[in-house]
Amino acid sequence: MKQITSFSGFISMYIEGFKNLTWGKSLWIIILIKLFILFAVLKIFFFPNYLNSRFDTEKEKSESVFQELTRNRNTNTN
Amino acid sequence: MDVSLIDWSRAQFALTAMFHWMFVPLTLGLGLIMAIMESLYYRTKKEKWKRTAKFWMKIFGINFAVGVATGIILEFEFGANWSNYSWFVGDIFGAPLAIEGIFAFFMEATFIAVMYFGWEKVSKGFHLASTWLTVGGATLSAVWILVANAWMQFPVGMDFNPDTVRNEMTDFWAVALSPVAWTKFLHTVISSWMLGAAVVIGISSWFLLKKREMIFSLDSIRVASVVGIAGIIISVISGDTSANQIAEKQPMKLAAMEGLYEGGNGVGLVGIGVLTPEKQYNDTKDPFIFNISIPNMLSFLVTRDFNGYVPGINDLVAGGYDTPNGPAPSIEDRIAQGKAAQNALTEYRNAKKENNETVATEALQVLDKNIASFGYGYFNSPADAIPPVPLVFYSFRVMVILAGFFFLLFIVVWWYSYKRKIVNTQWLQYVCLWSIPLAYICSQAGWIVAEVGRQPWAIQDILPVQAAVSNLETSSVQVTFFLFLALFSTLLIAELSILVKQIKIGPDNH
Repeated sequence: MKQITSFSGFISMYIEGFKNLTWGKSLWIIILIKLFILFAVLKIFFFPNYLNSRFDTEKEKSESVFQELTRNRNTNTN
Repeated sequence: MDVSLIDWSRAQFALTAMFHWMFVPLTLGLGLIMAIMESLYYRTKKEKWKRTAKFWMKIFGINFAVGVATGIILEFEFGANWSNYSWFVGDIFGAPLAIEGIFAFFMEATFIAVMYFGWEKVSKGFHLASTWLTVGGATLSAVWILVANAWMQFPVGMDFNPDTVRNEMTDFWAVALSPVAWTKFLHTVISSWMLGAAVVIGISSWFLLKKREMIFSLDSIRVASVVGIAGIIISVISGDTSANQIAEKQPMKLAAMEGLYEGGNGVGLVGIGVLTPEKQYNDTKDPFIFNISIPNMLSFLVTRDFNGYVPGINDLVAGGYDTPNGPAPSIEDRIAQGKAAQNALTEYRNAKKENNETVATEALQVLDKNIASFGYGYFNSPADAIPPVPLVFYSFRVMVILAGFFFLLFIVVWWYSYKRKIVNTQWLQYVCLWSIPLAYICSQAGWIVAEVGRQPWAIQDILPVQAAVSNLETSSVQVTFFLFLALFSTLLIAELSILVKQIKIGPDNH
């Protein structure tokens, strides 16, 4: 088989590689489903950034963390 | 603070990290083994090595595909569940993670495509380089993750800014070249070679048990056993260095690893032992129901002097023993310093709001003087500064005993494969096959020692977990915990079913 010598050859290699997937097809399906669950479901509905979703400015965020860090948190966790 | 919120947040993070860590060590270990196999093909031009390398690349690909991006969930959790932590240290912790994401992962992702699609389409040398660069990319990813983790164990290269309530990076190279990071990197990555070797030997043994693929299996076992032996030897050396660093920078973790309550000179190393379950740091109960120790060995390992001094939990609580920086402070002293730092931070910010520069300057001086003990201010008593001793103690022994078992196993396997005896030694084939889960237990136990051993700290001495956690509803953390459990279980079942199917097909048909 002729070896790739150009950039377009590399692109063709990728395209052909994806077209001719055998056992890799199910892996790509798993990857795509997983990425969808991670970014379209978990990130949006279950893991919004706590500070970004509550405060607009850096000053508000730092004040909130300061309040959190200095309120009574003397809890034995061990 | 609701204790159940802290515990559920911890459990959720531990579940995610441990699930992620099921895939990473196999990527690192198997990656090296398949790259060596392809190098043998490149050098010898023998097709059998190409066939062998391609089969293990398939196993690598399945593991990579299922494991990829599971680490991103940890970053989601930092922002949602550990927002105080993320804000408090985000400037420092974010840099290594960003480098990992931008550079190492993309390098890995680029060359992995050439590795799978490039056979016969690029030169043998270029293909081999792509395989090594894929492994190199995975290893570089690990470097940056471990730099970030090491910073949490041994924070360096930063200053606390009371105006932003953030630790800000002042010296990137101090963070990136932290000795703790590089020891941790060596120990973590190279111990992964052991896991990769155990998986290759176990699967190859299955082929031998089925009387299939004798040459492929023998070749695989020979390469993997050498990688495994080398990995364990280097891991022991890096583990020794790591233990020395722990003794210096996290002595409470070392004391928990050894169940050592009363330290002293000439302290023995506990080989095996059973801890007294209800033992507390301030009672007079014997810490052990039973133990076998090697006299003076812990002192030697930690100080390189058989009669060297090693502090126990009670010594660390009481303080007063000599250190290179003078007498060690007691935990009570550090709690007082931590509370002084926190009060000074409040005074400083209030004074700033009132434009009272004199009070602000005085408060800042108190803060600077006590900032190193900031996190201790969250504790009520010295007991709060002690990690869960039994979990750390037993996990450490599980890790060490299993590493010893694998060292012996790899030597026996190497010898039996060298003499070709392994082909007809069914008991050894069964041992190798059933040792695969033991390799995972060993690897996970290592992480438990590292992460549970540093409790109660999210960042050593600066921020305990109860201050790091977001003020969320416990029920919301419980929901995501079980959601992850379901997702991870599904992914694991998917991986195992694809893996088993491809292993049954074997190296012929792909």
